[in-house]
Amino acid sequence: MKEIVRVAAGQGFWGDWLEAPRRQVEGGPVDYLMLDYLAEVTMSILQKQKARDPAFGYARDFIGAVDSVLPAVTERGVRIVANAGGVNPTACARAILKLADQRGARGKVTLGVVTGDDLLTRLDALIADGHELRNMDTGEPLSTVRDRVLSANAYLGSEPIVEALGQGAQIVITGRSTDTALTMAPLRFEFGWRSDDWPRLAAGIIAGHIIECGAQCSGGNCLYDWESIPDLADVGYPIVEGRADGTFDIVKHPGTGGRISVPSVSEQLVYEMGDPRAYITPDVVADFTTIRLEQAGSDRVRVTGIEGRPPTDKFKVSIAYRAGFKAVGTLVYAWPDALAKAQLADRVLRERLDRLGLTFDKVLTEFVGVSACHGPLVREPCDHAEVQLRIGVRSEDEVAVERFTRELAPLVLNGPPSVTGFAGGRPKVEEIVAYWPALVDKTVVRAAVEVMA
Amino acid sequence: MKVQLVRLAHARSGDKGDTANVGVIALRPEWYPALVRELTVERVTQHFTGMITGPVERFELPNLNALNFLLHGALDGGGTLSLKTDAQGKVYSTAMLRMVLDLPDEEVQTLR
Repeated sequence: MKEIVRVAAGQGFWGDWLEAPRRQVEGGPVDYLMLDYLAEVTMSILQKQKARDPAFGYARDFIGAVDSVLPAVTERGVRIVANAGGVNPTACARAILKLADQRGARGKVTLGVVTGDDLLTRLDALIADGHELRNMDTGEPLSTVRDRVLSANAYLGSEPIVEALGQGAQIVITGRSTDTALTMAPLRFEFGWRSDDWPRLAAGIIAGHIIECGAQCSGGNCLYDWESIPDLADVGYPIVEGRADGTFDIVKHPGTGGRISVPSVSEQLVYEMGDPRAYITPDVVADFTTIRLEQAGSDRVRVTGIEGRPPTDKFKVSIAYRAGFKAVGTLVYAWPDALAKAQLADRVLRERLDRLGLTFDKVLTEFVGVSACHGPLVREPCDHAEVQLRIGVRSEDEVAVERFTRELAPLVLNGPPSVTGFAGGRPKVEEIVAYWPALVDKTVVRAAVEVMA
Repeated sequence: MKVQLVRLAHARSGDKGDTANVGVIALRPEWYPALVRELTVERVTQHFTGMITGPVERFELPNLNALNFLLHGALDGGGTLSLKTDAQGKVYSTAMLRMVLDLPDEEVQTLR
């Protein structure tokens, strides 16, 4: 057994730094590269892409990422765990095999593909069997939006990833697995942690939580002492150095920018947190109040003391459904009296929308530079150089939203003065794909693992 | 003496549906008790008047010298439904740090 297993984060979301995966495998020793691509509504975007072309429906950035690190996989034994499969892990695997062919690496790459999370085609049967899939926030049963559902995926845990690694997969591609399982599974596999070893599983999950947003624990988006954080242009992405006893260090490669400190890791620990005593995953319920952090060296934070307890009998399900339309437009008003001009423009626009008799579920006005971020908490008066008027509308009626997008530009010539910043043209009408979190009995979901070379 | 929270703490926030979470972390461990005492659910609810439509929950993490707040009804429906610039509650963190605390003078001396 290895004494230390290094799991390096290379992507914190789909759209993260393209350079990061390669820098992680070239900058120093790593055993695993963990790539997290899926946010809450990503699955529905991928489902739409798959509907247009059955060969798509996965995170296509992943192909470039694998290409950039392929020699590390084939020659140095670095293994990759990624949820890049989206709603089509098998197509993603085929694309990787094709890439391997093109790079002369045919037969040198073994893939593991995790499926079984996709519940879309089973929804009606599940509902008929009494699984209501109630919205965890509102309590409404899924039947109220059933005809508008675009995707439905259970968040799988570490089990199928561990199985794929056990069967020799060098690259494991999952669909909707929890972000944290992508890090915990390699640690569990390497150290042979049992499926009821709650403290160690919880430690692996918390290691995953710390690195799942990439550089957000290593100096990126870090408020603490932000002005002194060195060389963000060359920021080092985080690496977990895991040990068999469940303790681990968070580090980054030497010579990279950013900072790994107790404050930088603490900020990431509280990110998107609910009840800290009950961080629920399919593998274990982790207790964040047991975490001990210690600065164990330069850019090295040691994490110990973590406790966990058995998980629930449910999987969380991520469901996406169509929920109307929206559009957001902006205009910029300049000094003098920039705010008063923007406020007048807002009143004029709203009066015109009223007279057109358009119905919106919501019309939201923000004055960017004044109150968009902190609303009524901002009380200091200011002689603004400019204020951006930002108006958004939301409606079930696409025609109303479309008409709104045509009402902004006229204000440039027929509204208040000193207006600019309209070069982007009319706002775009977007279909809203909303998120419906639900729970389902674990017994109805069957994960499957396929290993292919 | 009045002290703005930004002098005592750093913070990060995120979203879960229509709820924003704000983690507030003491800049120094010895300042944590003042945060626990001053940042009550009532005070924080008052602070966010006009910004949130639901209740506030508070959780303590003494191991991290941190408090975690859940601000319900903070994001105009949340996620893709929201029309807000800050649809994902990313800067509720610094909105929290605008809070002004009235601390005993003796305690303020120890904060320096």
